[in-house]
Amino acid sequence: MSAARKLGLSVLLAGLAGAAAFWFLTEPKRLEPETVALLANGDAARGERMFWAAGCASCHARPKAEGDARLELAGGMELKTPFGTFVPPNISSDPQDGIGSWSAEDFGNAMLRGVSPDGQHFYPAFPYASYIRMDPSDVGDLYAFMKTLPAVQGKAAENQLSFPFNMRRGIGLWKLMFLSPEPAVALPADAPEQVRAGQYLVEGPGHCGECHTPRNVFGGSDKSLWLAGAKAAEGEGNVPNITPGDDGIGSWSASDIVAYLETGFTPDYDSVGGSMVEVQRNMAQLPAADREAIAAYLKAIPAHPKGY
Amino acid sequence: MRRFLLSLSTLAIIAGVAHAGPVEDREALMKERGRLMGELGKMAKGEVAFDAAATLAALQTLQANAEKGLDVDGLWPAGSQGDTEASPKIWEDNAGFKAESEKYKSVVDAAVASAPADVAGLQAAMGSMGQECAACHQTYRVKK
Repeated sequence: MSAARKLGLSVLLAGLAGAAAFWFLTEPKRLEPETVALLANGDAARGERMFWAAGCASCHARPKAEGDARLELAGGMELKTPFGTFVPPNISSDPQDGIGSWSAEDFGNAMLRGVSPDGQHFYPAFPYASYIRMDPSDVGDLYAFMKTLPAVQGKAAENQLSFPFNMRRGIGLWKLMFLSPEPAVALPADAPEQVRAGQYLVEGPGHCGECHTPRNVFGGSDKSLWLAGAKAAEGEGNVPNITPGDDGIGSWSASDIVAYLETGFTPDYDSVGGSMVEVQRNMAQLPAADREAIAAYLKAIPAHPKGY
Repeated sequence: MRRFLLSLSTLAIIAGVAHAGPVEDREALMKERGRLMGELGKMAKGEVAFDAAATLAALQTLQANAEKGLDVDGLWPAGSQGDTEASPKIWEDNAGFKAESEKYKSVVDAAVASAPADVAGLQAAMGSMGQECAACHQTYRVKK
């Protein structure tokens, strides 16, 4: 074998090894059977609380839907980002066009691992990087509640993404770097129960960090600036810093935060705006104790300078 | 000549105060809304005792304020976006923006027409007005 052929062969082998490693590393990983077992026997009544906390309607209801129409999860909103346009799909209980034919296990794999029933990665515009912190039994409850929502026919449009973001397999690498159930903030060991409850709601189902935390060049949340505010990933302008410092909402009391989440009025009676309007509507549906827990957590986390 | 120049600049200052420009005017209008909502909010939250007459007076001032806000062409003329929080959507969908101004006015009108008799009524009125604040800010304001 000539030297040139030897070289060619080793380049080819290295390439194949690289491709095999990529394929292996980026393989969609599903839930363990022990976790799947915890999804069973969900309670729809409890699941409604998770539905509002997780903000499903904000992206999956039709744009501008009001009242009960917010429970028709037909999808179709257009989220215009630097990666391209994401279109949240129909997640109504329709068996053909929605997710009515999904098992609890399918739903759990989507919410907690970002994997579709046919074994593909979902794009992290679907905030499973936060939902991964949810308690599987809460996901089971949410599954049961979503079964009770109306079936809506009609598929939403496809995402329109530019290369290389249109390659779903590559999301496997993103997951290796950024998908983790670890808490975003390490609370002190003696943190009050209310603060921990707020941490769960904010970092898990509430997925507040998805917009309020800046992202690094790979699109992962920069946890060193957790909730410090960010340039809006979708649309224009900035998402505010909600840490308790001078650049954030340090001047707001816990009851100011609670009142804002309930009524949409800031302490100086400006009003909620932008994407937060939908979020605040959802927060207003939660039990008061949940809004109080969120406020307690937001007062307890480290203050940061503006993240944008 | 000097006196003439002086009086010219005085005139300019007076004119400036009387007519500061659409950006200043609309920002003042919004600030007044916030201040009046704050007066009502103190009563709605129980920080000060409910006062039906004070509530009606604040609502009537809000009504006059909302009336002024209907002058969309005067307050948000084309080209006045600048570095403000006004969203370009105001001009891209001017009819939609005008419809929101009308809707807000009608919600305030309704609050005046059935003036709150107690805290619960005031909270309901603030809820419906606040929803309209949010609906407009959802689309037509950009946080800087």
